[in-house]
Amino acid sequence: MAQRTHAVEHLETSTGLDNRKLAMWLFLASEALFFGSLIATYLLYRDQSQEGPFPEDVFNIPFTSVSSFILLMSSTTMALAVGAAHRGRLHQMRTWLLCTALLGISFLAGQAFEFTEFVHKGLTLSTNLFGSSFYLLTGFHGAHVSVGVLILLSLWVMAMRGRIGQHNALNVELAGLYWHFVDIVWILIFTLIYLLEPL
Amino acid sequence: MTLAELRGARRRREEEGEAHAGGLHATTADYIRVAVALFIITSIEVAIYYIEGLRGVLVELFLALSGLKFLLVVLWYMHLRFDSRLFSFMFAFGLCLAIALFIAVLATMKAGLL
Repeated sequence: MAQRTHAVEHLETSTGLDNRKLAMWLFLASEALFFGSLIATYLLYRDQSQEGPFPEDVFNIPFTSVSSFILLMSSTTMALAVGAAHRGRLHQMRTWLLCTALLGISFLAGQAFEFTEFVHKGLTLSTNLFGSSFYLLTGFHGAHVSVGVLILLSLWVMAMRGRIGQHNALNVELAGLYWHFVDIVWILIFTLIYLLEPL
Repeated sequence: MTLAELRGARRRREEEGEAHAGGLHATTADYIRVAVALFIITSIEVAIYYIEGLRGVLVELFLALSGLKFLLVVLWYMHLRFDSRLFSFMFAFGLCLAIALFIAVLATMKAGLL
C-alpha cells in the first residue's frame, strides 16, 4: 500500500489524478465492453454454422502464434518506450516507438495474409455465422491496431521534431495504455477463438 | 566482485533511481523479465495444443495461461500494480460489465428468447 501511494502522482484535480489518464482508463473500460460484446457474439454463435468452411478448415495455429508473439513483443517495446520517455532518454524512446509501430505493421500484414488465405478457402463475411462473427471481431481488432500504429507514428514524428520529451511523457504513456489494451484483447482472442475452437 | 558486476549493479541502481523519479516503479529489467515470461507462456500454450493426452484439461489450461498473460500485461506494462486503485476499479468495472453482458445474452439464448 505504501509503495502504491508513493507511486501515484498527486495533481490539482478533484481526484488528485491526471484527468487525461482518467479519461483514457474510462475509454479503455468502454472498449472492454465493446470487445466483450464482440467476443460474446462469436462464442454464442459458435458451432451454429450450417455449412463450411468451419474454423478447423481454415485456422493455421503456428502462423497465428507467430502473429501473437509479434504483438506481445510490441507491448514490451512500448513499455520500454514509456519507461525511456519518463527517464528523459529521448533517443531510446524514439527507437522503441518506431520498433513498436513496425511490429504493429508486421502484425497487420500477418492479419491481411490470413484474411486473404481464408477468402481463398471460401470463408467470406457472408459465408456463414462463423465467417460473419470472426471477421467482425478480428476486423475491429485490426482496425484498433491500425489506429494504434498511426498514433505511434505520429508520436515518433513529433519526437523527431523535438516536441515530445520528459515534460510531456504522459502522451507516450497514454498511447502505451491504448496499445497494451489492444494487446490484451488479442491475448483473449487468440485463446478463446483460435486455441479453444477445435475443443 | 568483478568490475563488470560492479558496473552492472551501478547501472541497475541508476535505472531504479530514474524510474522512481519518473513516477514509475518498473525498470527495464522488469519489462524484459515480463517479456520472457510472456514468450514462455505463449510457447507452452502452442506446445500443449498439440498434446493429445491433455485434451481433457486444455480448456482450463488455456484459460489459466491466457489469464496469466493478461495479468502480466495489465499489472506491469499498464502499471496498474503501481498506479491509483481508481484506474484498476474503472477497468475491472468495464470487464465485469462485459462478462455480465455475455452471461445475460447466453441465458436469453438458452431460454429461446432470441
